[in-house]
Amino acid sequence: MHRYANPTRFLSIARRWTDPLLVAGLVLTAGALAWGLFVAPPDYLQGQLVRIIYIHVPAAWLGVGAYTSLAIASAAGLVWRHPLAFVAARAIAPVGAFFAAVCLLTGSIWGRPAWGTWWEWDARLTSMLILFFLYLAVMAMQTAYDSRERSERAAAILALVGAVNVPIIKFSVEWWNTLHQGNSISVFTGTTIAGPILYPLLASILGHSLLFGAVVLMRMRSELATTRASARARRFAEALA
Amino acid sequence: MNAWPFIAAAYGIGVTGIAGLVIYSYGSMRAAERVAALLKERKRDR
Repeated sequence: MHRYANPTRFLSIARRWTDPLLVAGLVLTAGALAWGLFVAPPDYLQGQLVRIIYIHVPAAWLGVGAYTSLAIASAAGLVWRHPLAFVAARAIAPVGAFFAAVCLLTGSIWGRPAWGTWWEWDARLTSMLILFFLYLAVMAMQTAYDSRERSERAAAILALVGAVNVPIIKFSVEWWNTLHQGNSISVFTGTTIAGPILYPLLASILGHSLLFGAVVLMRMRSELATTRASARARRFAEALA
Repeated sequence: MNAWPFIAAAYGIGVTGIAGLVIYSYGSMRAAERVAALLKERKRDR
């Protein structure tokens, strides 16, 4: 990890990987969503409504996964003071917030016809809403102080404290009696989803994950370029003075 | 209850949001890198 913390080395890798990740992510996501929308069969219980999972589940996966990445980047920034760790944290936070918001909105849209309500203060829904607010708080903290270093450190500490919510989201459906269904896919116990519904879902999760990677790389490149441009403009102005 | 309006709304939010996120991120990256390259060229010219 230390090897890639050098911005110049990181940029040479990021420039090579951004476009392939973006194209693969767009093609796979578009294909998986079309597959889920037009080809996959309706569920025996939910009927056509099951098609919302091809958007909702990848968004939930990335909302939680991005927060885990944010916590890891924050820890790396605090412990090793990697120059890229805080750049990564700033790049990840708004993208994670976006996916958490999509998860909440599409879940609400699914809940109205399935449960008869747009919202329920259920443990899974509430912990996911808290995750969204945590993203907003981290983003606010990243620009809270005049000193950039102070803002970054405060945001990193908040991100690490908030990471306690990640296992709460994961196990909320087991610890509490929730309206939200239990986990349908598990590394240890397999899946209860039938293949024709599962495969487009897995493709959609993979496609969305590739897009997430591409967007984070683009945002990191953008920030590094802005930092370099500001430094060059400052030197330019000093030379003219 | 007809499920299709709900499905259309969910896909509309997801697809529009992702398209906006990708386009905005790509545009910002290209613009920032263009400015950085321009300033590098100017420094070289001087």
